[in-house]
Amino acid sequence: MDWLFFGEISLAGLAMGGLYALIALGFVIIYKATRVINFAIGEIMMFAAYLFLAFAGGMEMSAWIALPLAVIGGSILGGVIEKTMIRPMLGESPISVVMVTIGVASILVGLVEFIWTANPQLLPSFLPREPVFIGPLYLAPKIAYGFLIGSALLIVYLLYFRFSRGGIALRATASDQAAAYSMGINVRRVFNMAWVFGSLAASLAGVLVAATGGLSPQFGIIGLSVLVVVIVGGLDSILGALVAGVFIGWLETVAGAYLGGEYRMPATFLVLAVILVIRPYGLFGTREIERV
Amino acid sequence: MRIGDAKQSYGADEAIWTSQTQKLWFGLLLVILLVFPFMADSYLLYLGCLVGIAVISTTGLNILTGFTGLISLGQAGFMGVGAYTVAWLSLNTGLPFPVTLMLAGLMAAAVGILVGLPSLRVKGLYLAIATLAASVFLHFIFAEWESVTGGMGGLSLEPAHLFGWAFQSDFMMYFIIVPLSVLMVFAARNVFRTRIGRAFIAIRDRDISAEILGIDLLRYKLMSFALSSFYAGVAGGLFAYFFRVVTPESFPLSMSIFYLAAVIVGGMGNLLGGILGAAFMTLVPEALKLLTAALTPFYPNAPVFMSPMLEIIFGALIVGFLIFEPHGLAEIWHRIRRFFRLWPFRN
Repeated sequence: MDWLFFGEISLAGLAMGGLYALIALGFVIIYKATRVINFAIGEIMMFAAYLFLAFAGGMEMSAWIALPLAVIGGSILGGVIEKTMIRPMLGESPISVVMVTIGVASILVGLVEFIWTANPQLLPSFLPREPVFIGPLYLAPKIAYGFLIGSALLIVYLLYFRFSRGGIALRATASDQAAAYSMGINVRRVFNMAWVFGSLAASLAGVLVAATGGLSPQFGIIGLSVLVVVIVGGLDSILGALVAGVFIGWLETVAGAYLGGEYRMPATFLVLAVILVIRPYGLFGTREIERV
Repeated sequence: MRIGDAKQSYGADEAIWTSQTQKLWFGLLLVILLVFPFMADSYLLYLGCLVGIAVISTTGLNILTGFTGLISLGQAGFMGVGAYTVAWLSLNTGLPFPVTLMLAGLMAAAVGILVGLPSLRVKGLYLAIATLAASVFLHFIFAEWESVTGGMGGLSLEPAHLFGWAFQSDFMMYFIIVPLSVLMVFAARNVFRTRIGRAFIAIRDRDISAEILGIDLLRYKLMSFALSSFYAGVAGGLFAYFFRVVTPESFPLSMSIFYLAAVIVGGMGNLLGGILGAAFMTLVPEALKLLTAALTPFYPNAPVFMSPMLEIIFGALIVGFLIFEPHGLAEIWHRIRRFFRLWPFRN
């Protein structure tokens, strides 16, 4: 076995996993606050990445202006989706709400094809290009810097949810909506903020992932990998999202490198199936107790 | 205004036919279905066959999702199992189509039971994701098990045959597909008059309560999975005979979503809804194609925008129905009927 190769693949996988962790965090924020499983998260990422393409490529803005703009655009999109399409579904069965997000995903794919055509596109490169070496291991610069930017946002998020007023409101809503409401927390605003923050994380990750792998209307497929991450980690666990994100990212890359690209999805879904059978609520998720 | 509708026994209350008028309308429908292929051109015939296949599959998914409350994102995968079974059997054994279709259904049912096994431990969205995993594995098997499935290239098969007849044209396939879909919808209607069907509904309404009432959850959930995938398998088998080529890409995840959307747009837990939903969702893209063709002389770019428009309309239909008409097309249909039934009195 070639350990150097394995090390390099693993490193790339772990860096990719860091981005997965960021997307999964966005997913978990939305789930914790609103109990909505967001199948459209991959498409929100895609939309933000296309916005970046429009700002940086089409309007020739500097990437460092285009990036925040695209991310803000993605988070506004999340907020609008919540206000217009998720809010009316409040109290409906979870399957209906999930189907709404699937519908939203389809609409976003259509919109993107409408505006930017169905052809695959390359994002203008904006990350430094010198190769990165960690010890003897080479890491593609796009992945390395993507990981750094992603982790920075991740840390900001963790601190925000731990210490800020908004973060505490969000956690309070997640643990008990009625109690939070009676303590004067504006639950409806929290719902909206959760979608905005969740989409913000997803949007940043979307631009970073698209910068490494290119962009097309099929980009949203990545949402399936994220789904695996959050189920394995536990839908309502931030820690789970981080651990499972890194693990699934690593597994996917290693399986892709050693077994071939067609094994990427089956490998991660195998882990998913095993987890569903032995710990349906995920590695770190809360076990739900049901009463009649 | 319908009168004389009082029922005097439970049997009468449960009967499929509650009035002469109903029989009359149904007879009329059968006559239309019978005459249709002789009047229709090849394109309408093709659509008729597509709708028939979609009706069978949607009815199957409706049994599982609409009546038992188990969400499945694996319907396309089960159809794939049926299609590959038919393709393999017709290439390697030359059995006539009633046998291959039956085996396709049974094979899909067996896979369905396997996929349904986690359903006792996980439910709701977790189950949906388990079925999603199943469809990923099935797609992988279709693509990689080359000795049986022909890999990415897929399999092409001979036309369906019976007693030396080959069902080559759409016209002939219509006479397999449509009678079969009528039969299978009827069978489903009958299931819900039995203990089994009522157990499904009890599980949907509250599974824990159902268990306390003495319904064996695992058994009935698996039964629902088996029944639903049997329908999918038969639909997949017909799909294989109709297009006569089966590839792993014939049954993508988007197809599972399509059937789930058809159930929702039609009306969950309503067999009529399944039929309406299947027909509606199959015909909307075709209508859009016609519209595009009509617009092309004026806007040469129209075909470019068709595929994105289709995505947008598809999504908007799902979202719109869920928000504004959660009981689906079936509810609209009932409203129309109510209008006529109560006609002189309502306004």
